[in-house]
Amino acid sequence: MREKVISIVQSYGKNSGRLMDILLSVQSEFGCVSEEAVSLIASELGISEVDVNQTKTFYHFFTTNRVGKYAIYMNNSVVSEMMGMAEVVDELEKQTGVKFGQTTPDGLVSLHFTACIGMSDQEPAALINSVVFTQLNRDKVRKLISDMREGKPVESMFSEYGDGVNANPLVKSMVKNNIRKAGPVTLGEYAVGTSLGKALGMDPNAVIDEVKNSGLRGRGGAGFPTGLKWMFCSKEAGEKYVMCNADEGEPGTFKDRVLLTERANMLFEGMTIAGWAIGAKEGVLYLRFEYKYLKAYLESVLADMRTKNLLGNNILGKGFNYDIRIQFGAGAYVCGEESALIESSEGKRGEPRNRPPFPVQKGYNAKPTVINNVETFCSVVKIVEQGSAWYKAMGTEESAGTKLLSISGDCEKPGVYEIAWGMTLNEMLAMVGATDVQAVQVAGPSGSCIPPSQFGRKIAIEDLATGGSMIVIGKKRDLLKDVVMNFMRFFEDESCGSCVTCRSFNMILTKQIEKVVAGTAIRTDIDNMKAWSQIIRKTSRCGLGQTSSNPITTTIENFRELYEARTKDVAYQSDFDMNKAVADSCKVVGRVPNVHHE
Amino acid sequence: MSKPIVATASLAGCFGCHMSLLDIDERILKLIELVEFNKSPIDDIKTFTKQCDIGIIEGGCCNSENIEVLKLFRKNCKILISLGECAIMGGLPAMRNGIPVKECLDEAYLNGPTVGENKEHIMPNDDELPMILDKVYPLHEIVKIDYYLPGCAPRADLIWAAVAALVTGDTLNIPYELVKFD
Ligand SMILES: Cc1cc2nc3c(=O)[nH]c(=O)nc-3n(C[C@H](O)[C@H](O)[C@H](O)COP(=O)(O)O)c2cc1C
Ligand code: SF4
Ligand code: SF4
Repeated sequence: MREKVISIVQSYGKNSGRLMDILLSVQSEFGCVSEEAVSLIASELGISEVDVNQTKTFYHFFTTNRVGKYAIYMNNSVVSEMMGMAEVVDELEKQTGVKFGQTTPDGLVSLHFTACIGMSDQEPAALINSVVFTQLNRDKVRKLISDMREGKPVESMFSEYGDGVNANPLVKSMVKNNIRKAGPVTLGEYAVGTSLGKALGMDPNAVIDEVKNSGLRGRGGAGFPTGLKWMFCSKEAGEKYVMCNADEGEPGTFKDRVLLTERANMLFEGMTIAGWAIGAKEGVLYLRFEYKYLKAYLESVLADMRTKNLLGNNILGKGFNYDIRIQFGAGAYVCGEESALIESSEGKRGEPRNRPPFPVQKGYNAKPTVINNVETFCSVVKIVEQGSAWYKAMGTEESAGTKLLSISGDCEKPGVYEIAWGMTLNEMLAMVGATDVQAVQVAGPSGSCIPPSQFGRKIAIEDLATGGSMIVIGKKRDLLKDVVMNFMRFFEDESCGSCVTCRSFNMILTKQIEKVVAGTAIRTDIDNMKAWSQIIRKTSRCGLGQTSSNPITTTIENFRELYEARTKDVAYQSDFDMNKAVADSCKVVGRVPNVHHE
Repeated sequence: MSKPIVATASLAGCFGCHMSLLDIDERILKLIELVEFNKSPIDDIKTFTKQCDIGIIEGGCCNSENIEVLKLFRKNCKILISLGECAIMGGLPAMRNGIPVKECLDEAYLNGPTVGENKEHIMPNDDELPMILDKVYPLHEIVKIDYYLPGCAPRADLIWAAVAALVTGDTLNIPYELVKFD
């Protein structure tokens, strides 16, 4: 083991900034990052074990104990649950004889839960040793476990590949694109290199102006004007970086996955245009670990661009040097927050930074950095190619252009849709074939839960802003139990723990909604939940804590009757049960409980 | 008008909160003028002898007796105050929450470094003893609590300000310094 770990550390130039990559390599080589490995890495890098451990323990996919030869990471996101996860979980436990969180005694299979893996249009889905398995059911589970007993390689456990690049020899994945509606921008016609050629013929400031004039706003959720961000960064002096946020962790979104699959060239071209515009030499694609199955393909696209002189030295003969590397995450939703993403890329815990300074001033390696979402970079390519006026003519006043929606849940045609901003929810539901709709969860758990009375509202930054996650919730669902409780557990798990309020109130709110669902909460608990939501919103450092109470506040706002039906109108109620509470200790000491009843 | 009657108790606490109550120094004389004490370690009255106005409780509930005492306080006091971290959140004793009771008892009576003499591996199981709960509960999960005074222990000035405001009916004025701990 020693030699292997040392050689891994050496392959990253003994650079502690690449700790994430080192840990990922060790985890994949040994099925764990053991304490022994931690001390080896620490001494090779010349940092303390604590420094290695603090990064290691932050991420979901690093484990101290060896995972199974087949490590099954079952997605427990809301849509997976809606589509029948419980059955799959039950069958997995039956077939392996162990529970989730455990490994079979022979070390063959381990079962783990994981947050949304970006497959909401083909749930229930799981990762097995980084290979994606979609639309699982009991039959498929039985077959998979029997294949594992025979020792088959994971890649040979299925033979049908998805459409498009999913079937490429370097991907060979069963994932489907489910592109239901292509628009003129990100999923429209695209000729590799045209836009970049045009951009390199322009003054960098002119490129920024073009992006500014197009009205493009960030597609990662926050909607910050992209041109303005680039301009701020371009004004800073010295070395700079371009980063692409491909963490896509918001449950219910998967459109970046489709772009990474079908528009990888376009994305890298967009990042290169950004490099030219702000004066950067290096771009980093921060890719969530869940999409590791795309790694070989993405690297081949980069290599191909280098041979075509679209990357590397003296790009297209214009004297511009620029290259892109891929940085993997290791399972942490908060790393989608831009400053956490930077920390993570530097090999640290993915804890958001205090701002200011903003990344455009002090980002990756403390240098000015532009971070944009995958879709944002892809949009830039078409804007430069077709001109800002062409782009601005689409969409609404505040939201120019088109938007990719990831639509999932209770509808006939889940998948990716490129629409012009301004579409109403009613129009969207008709488009995806959804009837009997109870609510639409707009913009994922951190967004809003919208009732039918508001389905006339528009998908646009001036009304219902969204990074693209749209979950249709049918009438048959128990909104509080199936949706709100799942979301709150997600935030409780994913809080990075820096802020006291985010760390504790997400837990407290989760407990409270569990009480509501269990029927032991009272009316005043509803107002308490609202008040506590205000506190966490106001006192949290990053967007996670500032929005994590939205599942509760927006359902109290729009579906208050559901809460009232489940809570008693009394001044106080305790669900304490003395008999239950003393049972264990009495058993241990060997006495008969004698509980007095008043 | 008769003086308001106050009762106090320490449940799963360390008596630090009661010590803090005594830390009001010479104001304790004024307190005695303002209120009458009933069941409390302060005057050693063991059982309620009359209805009280204010009950002040330190410590959470770790055993069946704590629960009974707490319910008794709720019955006998108009206003109930959770005093200190342990009462409000469970505090230090709640460190055991999340560890199975069996593990805790094994550690305490069988495996701990100081239990070498317990050669017969006896676990205290007399019927007279309170029964240990599955976890330590904060007071408000058992009965309705009217006010919470934070701190470990809450500052004497905070206790004084709160109790004085309650009995005089004045508005409660708590400067930030009294509830700021870092
Ligand atoms: C908790 C949290 C998670 C986020 N996750 C993502 C993400 O997965 N992808 C993304 O592009 N932006 C995400 N963001 C938004 C980013 O912080 C940032 O605004 C965005 O990457 C900027 O790019 P844009 O302007 O192109 O949207 C997240 C923000 C927060 C607070
Ligand atoms: S709000 Fe939550 S996720 Fe964000 S920095 Fe604070 S603790 Fe971390
Ligand atoms: S809050 Fe602090 S002082 Fe009060 S009982 Fe608990 S540990 Fe003791």
